[in-house]
Parts: sequence; structure tokens; C-alpha cells
Amino acid sequence: MALEQQLTNNETSQLHNQNQGNEILVEAKNIKKYFPIKGGILKHTVGHVKAVDDVSLSIKQGETLGLVGESGSGKSTLGRVILRLLEPTEGEIIFDKEDISHLSNRKLRNYRKNMQIVFQDPFASLNSKMSVGELIEEPLLVQSSATKPERKQKCIDLLEKVGLRASDRTKYPHEFSGGQRQRISIARALALNPKFIICDEPVSALDVSIQAQVLNLMADLQDEFNLTYLFIAHDLSVVKHISDRVAVMYLGRIAEIAPKKPLYDNPLHPYTKALLSSVPSTDVKHRREKIHLTGDLPSPADPPSGCAFRTRCIHAHEKCALERPELTDMGDGHYVACHLYDQGR
Amino acid sequence: MTQKPLLEVEGLKTYFYLDNDLVAKAVDGVDFSIAPGETLAIVGESGSGKSITSLSIMQLINKPGRIIEGTIHLHNENLLTKSGKQMTKIRGNDIAMIFQEPMTALNPVYTIGNQIIETLRKHKKYTKQVAREKAIELLKLVGFPRAEQIMNEYPHQLSGGMRQRAMIAMAISCEPKLLIADEPSTALDVTIQAQILDLLQEMKERLDMSILLITHDLGVVAEYADRVLVMYGGQVVEETSVENLFEHTKHPYTNGLLDSLPSLEKEVKRLGAIRGTVPPAHSFPKGCRFSDRCPHVMDQCYGSNPDLLSIEPNHKVRCYLYD
Ligand SMILES: Nc1ncnc2c1ncn2[C@@H]1O[C@H](COP(=O)(O)OP(=O)(O)OP(=O)(O)O)[C@@H](O)[C@H]1O
Ligand SMILES: Nc1ncnc2c1ncn2[C@@H]1O[C@H](COP(=O)(O)OP(=O)(O)O)[C@@H](O)[C@H]1O
Ligand code: SF4
Ligand code: SF4
Ligand SMILES: [Mg+2]
Ligand SMILES: [Mg+2]
Repeated sequence: MALEQQLTNNETSQLHNQNQGNEILVEAKNIKKYFPIKGGILKHTVGHVKAVDDVSLSIKQGETLGLVGESGSGKSTLGRVILRLLEPTEGEIIFDKEDISHLSNRKLRNYRKNMQIVFQDPFASLNSKMSVGELIEEPLLVQSSATKPERKQKCIDLLEKVGLRASDRTKYPHEFSGGQRQRISIARALALNPKFIICDEPVSALDVSIQAQVLNLMADLQDEFNLTYLFIAHDLSVVKHISDRVAVMYLGRIAEIAPKKPLYDNPLHPYTKALLSSVPSTDVKHRREKIHLTGDLPSPADPPSGCAFRTRCIHAHEKCALERPELTDMGDGHYVACHLYDQGR
Repeated sequence: MTQKPLLEVEGLKTYFYLDNDLVAKAVDGVDFSIAPGETLAIVGESGSGKSITSLSIMQLINKPGRIIEGTIHLHNENLLTKSGKQMTKIRGNDIAMIFQEPMTALNPVYTIGNQIIETLRKHKKYTKQVAREKAIELLKLVGFPRAEQIMNEYPHQLSGGMRQRAMIAMAISCEPKLLIADEPSTALDVTIQAQILDLLQEMKERLDMSILLITHDLGVVAEYADRVLVMYGGQVVEETSVENLFEHTKHPYTNGLLDSLPSLEKEVKRLGAIRGTVPPAHSFPKGCRFSDRCPHVMDQCYGSNPDLLSIEPNHKVRCYLYD
């Protein structure tokens, strides 16, 4: 009975969240990020790695957008461009209705408070010479006017929020396990009360039991602070669990983007279908039919003409080599970039 | 199982003697066997002793570590009584190993072709020409259509999945009877992971190999293994068939792992995480090694460590709930 009551409360609060979540917080428009490849003795630019190649997406207030794709498909690069940790080669980034693509570093500082990132490797991403207190209070010191006692109090509050102890403030990162370090990274990201957090494979390095602890924590924090997440990961089950909508990237482009239910129940893009069918399942009774992809991800320096997926696609046809498929609206927020759907569903 | 086992490990203990007089009991009394043609998976969180178990079989344990007890029989011969030279011959010929990070097995300064040819010549005494042809054949077998070209390439020129396949080609080149695969696909994307694991499955059938598959991915276990050992704190806590493990899970730790796993099939609001973390191998809790994290812990559990007992034919559990 009590449990049911709780569930209903949860559902109503979720509905509430969704209603206020109609406002778009983050928008990326036609983002390109090309990295020059230097060659020869004179180190001339001999080509470009098209890490992100014309990507547009938007994320609503309070929403989690999952971003999946193979290694090297451009997920992290896109995330860094959105935060302007990398300069886009082309395209616009709109944050909270403001075009931030051309803001100077000084003006960006006001926005930086609202946009944070949590990285995959909890070992590499924390400066090992700083105590936990220094790590968490650093953003406050640099970007707020909080006094020393205020910073200390905030740090203690944050530690408790992420499931650590106030006494951990004086310890150093090497004294913690991987999952605990990820909690420290999350506390640090939360220090300035951001609106938007990019989570770049935050649980990929963790064991499943610890991964579950961190995912639960992230969901709780989202509810409490109405956070907006861009959640980057390889693991399709993790992304399904945490996301409201999911975008699938392939070789710097978005292949498909949709609310999570249609994306997982009714994937349209041949790549999404193959990806989902490849996830090993613990359901020993009902085996999914696997769609086998042959070959490896082509080099983003020299992507195939037309559709980037055509070298591995079982449905590739003549048009696929000639024309790049654009994202097509299939209704209900489901978009797919594939010539099989040029005429709609 | 009526067949005589290919590999039989009994009472294996591998300890590390640390500077500060601490002893890390990485593997602490492990028994299991693998039948010819069988895939046995070992699962467990990092630090549970999976890799040290497999390195012990290969006798690749370095100081300060030492195998202090136990026997490891391959076709009735105790590997622990072999000389270093004899073991070198057995590694590669009878038992081969593939690693999570292929660069630990591939030499960056030699071409892929040279490395496979070397392995073949060392173990099979082939002429250069025959070894070369055989190497090309192997590369085609593991899915390189342009095998001749790959022969001349260096490891760094290949993607992660391609390196993994090159390493598999090298590992199976001498047709070992046992292949130990330590997290062979963990660093790869799911589509490539599926390619690699399907390839291993195919090789196993073709060469009638046995596989010891070490992984922390329960989905991989469900799809590719016949039998499973669940390890925790350097010991086996549950051992059974794959079907049983997922359909009739017994040990609270195994249950915790399964509940932690987000799944594509069923949706849950919250994941059932296991509290706490894996204890270090030099300071396990007293009594049951899982007692500090177990949701079912009883008084008895703090007293002594339960034994691994058969509770049904083909199902062993180490837990007082099933005493
Ligand atoms: N600073 C850089 N200079 C040159 N190339 C780069 C740079 N950063 C990334 N790239 C390339 O851009 C492509 C996309 O990289 P990115 O790190 O965004 O991939 P990802 O999807 O995050 O992959 P992973 O899943 O492995 O983290 C890759 O081919 C990568 O090698
Ligand atoms: N060289 C070493 N020195 C000391 N302890 C070690 C060493 N190698 C492994 N261990 C310890 O042995 C235990 C089991 O390790 P390992 O077999 O690598 O775990 P797994 O492969 O299951 O992640 C861990 O507690 C680990 O810290
Ligand atoms: S556009 Fe063509 S090659 Fe690309 S996914 Fe669709 S069918 Fe396949
Ligand atoms: S013996 Fe006790 S503590 Fe150990 S797993 Fe069983 S119930 Fe839990
Ligand atoms: Mg990345
Ligand atoms: Mg290991």
C-alpha cells in the first residue's frame, strides 16, 4: 500500500517534470567539428577528421538525452563543442535562448556555471594532488563570491548529497574506489548549481553493482534539482534506463533520434537495428535474432560518400552512395536519416 | 558430465605477499573443471580473482605473487610440476590466452604477419613458406578479407576490433585445446563485440577447443557460455549451468549482480544496486566474505565462511541460506 502510494507520487512528480520540460534548454544547430590532419615534413594540412559532421539536436529543460554510438563516432567531440570546450568548425549553440557560439571567453564564464561535465575515467579526471574539499570547492572559489565558511558548508552538503561523508573532505582521490571517485566528480559538477550536465560515459569504467549505485544517484539528483542531462554511453541498456530520448550517432552524424520507447521498440535505421540486436541479453529463454555487421567503422578522415553507413549496411542501394540521407520526420518526435524512409513510413 | 575433463583445477591458492606484511589472497581455494569443447565462464566484479585464476593456469604469476597450493591438471598431467621450459611449450601449443588489451600480446615493432609466422614456426616447425600461407589462411578465418595486406601492417595501423581479431588468429594458430579469453570484448563496441564472440564460438566448434571465458558481462555469459562460476573474494560462490544461473539464481551476490543490471527487456524505476564495494584481497570481512554487503546477512554469517556445497546436481552455492 505504502509502496503504491509512493509510486503514484513518483508518477505525478514525473508528469510535473515533463510539463515544465517543454522549454528547450540546449540547442545545437548544424554543428561541424573537423580536426586537421597534418602530414609531410612541412606539416601541411593534408585532410580532416570529420569528427562531427552536421549535427543538430535539442534538449529540453529537465530532460535526459542519451547519446550512443561506436567508439570514434564523435560523441565526446559533440559534447565538448556544445560546452564550447572545443570551438565548432561550423554551427551554432543556443543555451537558455542565447546564442553562445560566438561569446568571448569572458562572457562565456557566466554560462559555464550552468554547464558542467562529468567524465568517464574517475582516475584521470580528478587532480590527485588536491584534497576532496579543494576539488569540490575549486569551482566555487573561481566562479562564485562564496566565502570560505560558505564554501566549506556547501562542500559538506554536496558530499552528503552524493552519499559520501563530511569527513571525506580532507582525503585525497587515491583513497577512494572508482565509484566513490565518480561521486566526487558529480559533487564537483554540482557545486555551482548548474542547469545542464554532460555525462561522458560516467559509469563505463565501473562494475555493474557500483554502476547501479551511481545511476540511481544521478536520477535522484536530476529529480531534486531539475537537471538536464546529455548522457553519453556505449551501453545501450544503461542509456535506455536513464534517458527520455536517445540519439544514435554513426561516423559524426546522427542516424536516428527518438523518444526512448519508439527507439528501442521500433528502431528504424539499419544501424540502430544492428546495434540493438547485438546487445547480449541475460534472457536465456527468448533469444533475439542478431543482425551481423561486417567490417569495422570506416575512418572519419575518409568517410564513405552518400550514407556513411553504406559500407556495412545490408540494405544499401544505389542512391546510398550518391546522396547523403537527411533526418526525416517520421512523426511523434522520431527522426531517421536513411533513404529507406525518404517517402516517410 | 560423463566426459573426462580437459582441465581440472583443485584447491588453487594464489597469494600476493605485499610490502607491509599483508597477504592478498587473490585466489583462495578454487576448484573447477572444463570438459572438452565446453565454454566455462567466470564472472564477478573487478578484484574478485578472475584474472589471477587464469594467469595461474598459464603460470604467468609474477612476484610478489605465488601459487601456494593446489593442482592444475591438463589431460591428467599436473602443470604445476612442469619446468619453465616445458610450460613455455604448453603455452601456445595446448593452452593459449587472449587478453582484454590486445597490445599486451602484440609486439608493436613487428608486422602482424611476422608475429603469426614466428608463433607458427616456434611451435609447429613449419618452413617459412608454409607458415606464411598458414598465417594468411588464419587471418582470412578471423574475418580479414584483405589478409595479404594485413600481413604487412603493424598493430597500431589496426582498429581495436581488428587487433583483437589478429590476436585471436595468433592464439588459435597452434590449435590449442584450451583457449583462455580474459575480457576479450570489454573494450569493444557491441557490434564488434558480437563479431569477436561469434568468431570465438565458431573457432571453438571448428577446432573442438574448450574456452575459459572471463567476463564481467552477464549478457555475454548468457549468450556464449555453457557453465558459469561466479567469483567473489577469491573464491567461487556459485557454480551451475547458464540456464540455472539466470532462471534459478541462488547466491545473494549473483542476485545482486543481476538486479544491478539495466536491461533492454524490462524497465525499472530504480536499479537494485549492491551496497558497498568489493573488499581488497588482503582484508576480507570475517566469516562470509560477502557479509558486509549482503542483504540477507544473519548472525551465523559473521562467524565463519560457508563452504561451497552441492545443493542440487549441477548447482553449487557458498551461502548459509542453503545449508
Ligand atoms: N583533438 C583531436 N584531434 C584529432 N582528431 C580527433 C581529436 N579528438 C577526436 N578526434 C577524432 O574524432 C573522432 C571522434 O572522436 P570522439 O572522441 O568524439 O569519439 P567518441 O564517440 O567519443 O568515441 P569513444 O566512444 O571512444 O569515446 C575520432 O576519429 C577521433 O580520433
Ligand atoms: N600484482 C599484484 N599484487 C598484489 N595484489 C594483486 C596483484 N594482482 C592482483 N592482485 C589482487 O588480487 C585480487 C584479484 O585480482 P584479479 O584476479 O586481477 O581480479 P579480476 O580479474 O577478477 O578483476 C585483487 O584484490 C587484486 O588487487
Ligand atoms: S541510406 Fe542506404 S546505406 Fe544508409 S542506412 Fe539507409 S539503406 Fe543503409
Ligand atoms: S552466507 Fe550469509 S552473508 Fe554470506 S551470502 Fe549467504 S546469507 Fe549472505
Ligand atoms: Mg568519447
Ligand atoms: Mg581481470
